[in-house]
Amino acid sequence: MSNTPPTPDLELPDEHYLNATYGSGIRSWLLTTDHKRIALLYLASVTVFFFIGGVLATMIRIHLLTPGGALVTPETYNKLFTMHGVAMIFFFLIPSIPAVFGNFLIPLMIGAKDLAFPKINLLSWYIYLIGGGFVLYSFSTGGLDTGWTFYTPLSSVYSNSAVTPAVIGIFINGFSSILTGLNFIVTIHTMRAPGMTWFRLPLFAWAHYATSLVMILGTPVVAITLLLAGLERMFHLGFFNPALGGDPILFQHLFWFYSHPAVYIMILPAMGVVSEIIPTFARKPIFGYAFIAGSSIAIAVIGFLVWAHHMFVTGESTYAALTFSFLSYLVAIPSAVKVFNWTSTLYKGSISWDPPMVYALGFIGLFVIGGLTGLFLACLGLDIHIHDTYFVVAHFHYIMVGGAVMGYVGGLHFWWPKITGRLYPKSLSQFAAIILFVGFNLTFFPQFILGYLGMPRRYHTYPPEFQVLNVLSTAGASILALGYLLPMSYLIWSMRYGKVAGPNPWPATGLEWKTDSPPLTENFHVTPEVTWEPYDFQNRPDLGLAASARPLAPAHGDD
Amino acid sequence: MHRTGDLYGHFQTLEQQKETATLGMWIFLVTEVLFFGGMFLTYTINRSAFSTAFGIGSNTLDITLGAGNTVVLIMSSLTMAMAVWSAQVGKKKLVSIFLIATLGLGTVFLGVKAIEYKQKFDHHLIPGRGFDMKYHPAHPMAGDDLKELALEKKEVDEAFAVDPDINFHGQLYFSLYFGMTGLHALHMIVGVGLLIWLIKGSFGGRFTPQYNTPVEIVGLYWHFVDIVWIYLFPLLYLIDRHR
Amino acid sequence: MSEHIVSPKVYIVIFASLMLGTGLTVWAAFQNFHQYNIVIALGIATIKATLVVLYFMHARYSPGRTQLVIVCSVFWLAIMLALTLADYDTRPHDITLAAPQVFYCV
Repeated sequence: MSNTPPTPDLELPDEHYLNATYGSGIRSWLLTTDHKRIALLYLASVTVFFFIGGVLATMIRIHLLTPGGALVTPETYNKLFTMHGVAMIFFFLIPSIPAVFGNFLIPLMIGAKDLAFPKINLLSWYIYLIGGGFVLYSFSTGGLDTGWTFYTPLSSVYSNSAVTPAVIGIFINGFSSILTGLNFIVTIHTMRAPGMTWFRLPLFAWAHYATSLVMILGTPVVAITLLLAGLERMFHLGFFNPALGGDPILFQHLFWFYSHPAVYIMILPAMGVVSEIIPTFARKPIFGYAFIAGSSIAIAVIGFLVWAHHMFVTGESTYAALTFSFLSYLVAIPSAVKVFNWTSTLYKGSISWDPPMVYALGFIGLFVIGGLTGLFLACLGLDIHIHDTYFVVAHFHYIMVGGAVMGYVGGLHFWWPKITGRLYPKSLSQFAAIILFVGFNLTFFPQFILGYLGMPRRYHTYPPEFQVLNVLSTAGASILALGYLLPMSYLIWSMRYGKVAGPNPWPATGLEWKTDSPPLTENFHVTPEVTWEPYDFQNRPDLGLAASARPLAPAHGDD
Repeated sequence: MHRTGDLYGHFQTLEQQKETATLGMWIFLVTEVLFFGGMFLTYTINRSAFSTAFGIGSNTLDITLGAGNTVVLIMSSLTMAMAVWSAQVGKKKLVSIFLIATLGLGTVFLGVKAIEYKQKFDHHLIPGRGFDMKYHPAHPMAGDDLKELALEKKEVDEAFAVDPDINFHGQLYFSLYFGMTGLHALHMIVGVGLLIWLIKGSFGGRFTPQYNTPVEIVGLYWHFVDIVWIYLFPLLYLIDRHR
Repeated sequence: MSEHIVSPKVYIVIFASLMLGTGLTVWAAFQNFHQYNIVIALGIATIKATLVVLYFMHARYSPGRTQLVIVCSVFWLAIMLALTLADYDTRPHDITLAAPQVFYCV
């Protein structure tokens, strides 16, 4: 049963950000300061990197079809997984939801005309391109074989691959992330429309506020770390090289001080997306708004206290390991708060299975598996067994792909009508969501077992008894690929042929749905004034819900 | 993005615009704190591991130039603060004068830094193949006074006895010295660029009690760079001076 | 929000204190306070930095939000330094960094 009310034939608005002309043709895109157009520029560029990373992942999976390795030499294999990690993490996952949806939606959601610093917003896209250019140069002139973590002294002394341009590229790209985070924080502080109080902010905005905290507090540290490692490589300095008195563990501390919180840059925005989708398609106010908002901030803060759990077996002191193990368990609390609140929102809701909802429900399941296996890894004793095995690989893919990418694709389906003004085929997209879910699990669940049985990550061969599970995983990867190609094709198709969506097709309660689809360049015809509480469907006659709709179950249950 | 007078179109009021710009600069400074923080952490770990080498390295620095530069930089902070004040009370001429003074002092700082770098180059204290902590005490350069550099051959020999790898560890000190002061100098150069931009504006009388945000936020940046130096000076120049 | 204008007199007093602090820190460096030299140096630097932040950067007269931003930056820096140093300080003493015995030369 669909929540979507029958709609008459709609027309796109005459004037919107996509057809507005300032300057001519391509220049009006490349020199735009409109946050919505910049979001689309990001959408195009992160998709390029997603494809590059995806092709590399495909090659890895094909190689692992046979125990001896089916495709490439060991050296090339090292490069494949390194470049896969670098492309996916630094150039797809980190900018994906914040730079695309955050850019597009935050001003719309808070009722502003643009982000606080529109020119800096455009600048950050160009910085991203320059950083990406350096990294692609590295990929195409010798590749990169250090692992995405750039551990020294391998990266700074011994590696024969093109480390220097890659490090420079990631250093530059860091500033793109910093400027995006800075822009969001300032925008949320100073650009809110009248009546948009902090506790009326959509949870998506809260999640992006938390993400931005991580971006501005963590990214500078990885920037300086990679700068030092790069200088070490270029000028033979010794900061992290034990042969010259430096300390490689210091590199790991500095690197993970950012790169662990960076995981929350990837997952928090996805949680924000899911917090928007769930109440919309359960047609109920979200359960525990303040707790979900607060848990986003809590995840960002606690996320900074756990980084050395990546170093349990690399030589940090036992006492530090104990402390970090304990602190790592703490992250589970705010994460669980979110999951419980989403499921409580579903309870007695009027649930419809629109495509975004299917993705969101998939997200919850996959995130729970990914999160709980994280607790295994935070456990000191168990980590010695499963450290650097496929268990870790499966764990973080459940968070990053099952969580972050699922949220990204879900968000794409949720806001696509707002971005383009058009709807996509419904049944096909529900089917695609299920394909994605099945393919993902088939790819990565066997890897948990492989890791538990002892298959180390980053090896190009494995003992023959692991072949069945590896073949399963590769088979899953091909289904997963279909799960990405399907949405890509019908979303592109819908840009021209899709049914016109109207301002609020689902309907949802956010401020972004009160303006045209696609919105005006200035977002709103008049600056909106917010008089309603978030996710409140009952006191919103403007949503056009049938007045006779049965009263909604109270969030606390009525039995 | 259209603009009416000093007000950009996506803001409602000048006050909102000013608040936004100021907060933006403060948050940028937070990222700078963490950026320099990573280097300070590297410094801390290495200094605690190789205190002898760091002490010897520090004693090769010229304390007069270092302390003099500190004074110059603090003075430039004062003139910057005065430029902000002049703009706030509407003394347009004073704004230009104080900004030019700040620019001058900043340039003096960078000039002194260049002299110091040159000295290190002459004394074989650039990390790399030619690096030798013993070089200078063994071959004093013409015109160099050993006492001025507070480094005597005997001390260096003792240090070599304590830490035979001192030439490796001394390179760590100098890598950090050049890294930290270099990064600081880079920020100064950016600041000088911003000052030139402000001075151009102040000649047109752009900064008034109603609109002085650019002066104010560049001021924040300039003071931050000053603070970094306030820490760099004792950490780099003043190790083991009491020997 | 009316803007607070700090008078030049305050700036001069702060400037004088900063000069005094610079002199003091140089003087202290030449005295032998054993392991406390570094503590004194950093203490004076922190006082100087605080003066700059409070008066030159107007933090004392700024809205609470700005003050919170400043506190956060110091707090996160402290997290990074404290937790990393906690690792180094609790390492067993026979595996220190000094004098590496293994050279990774092939």
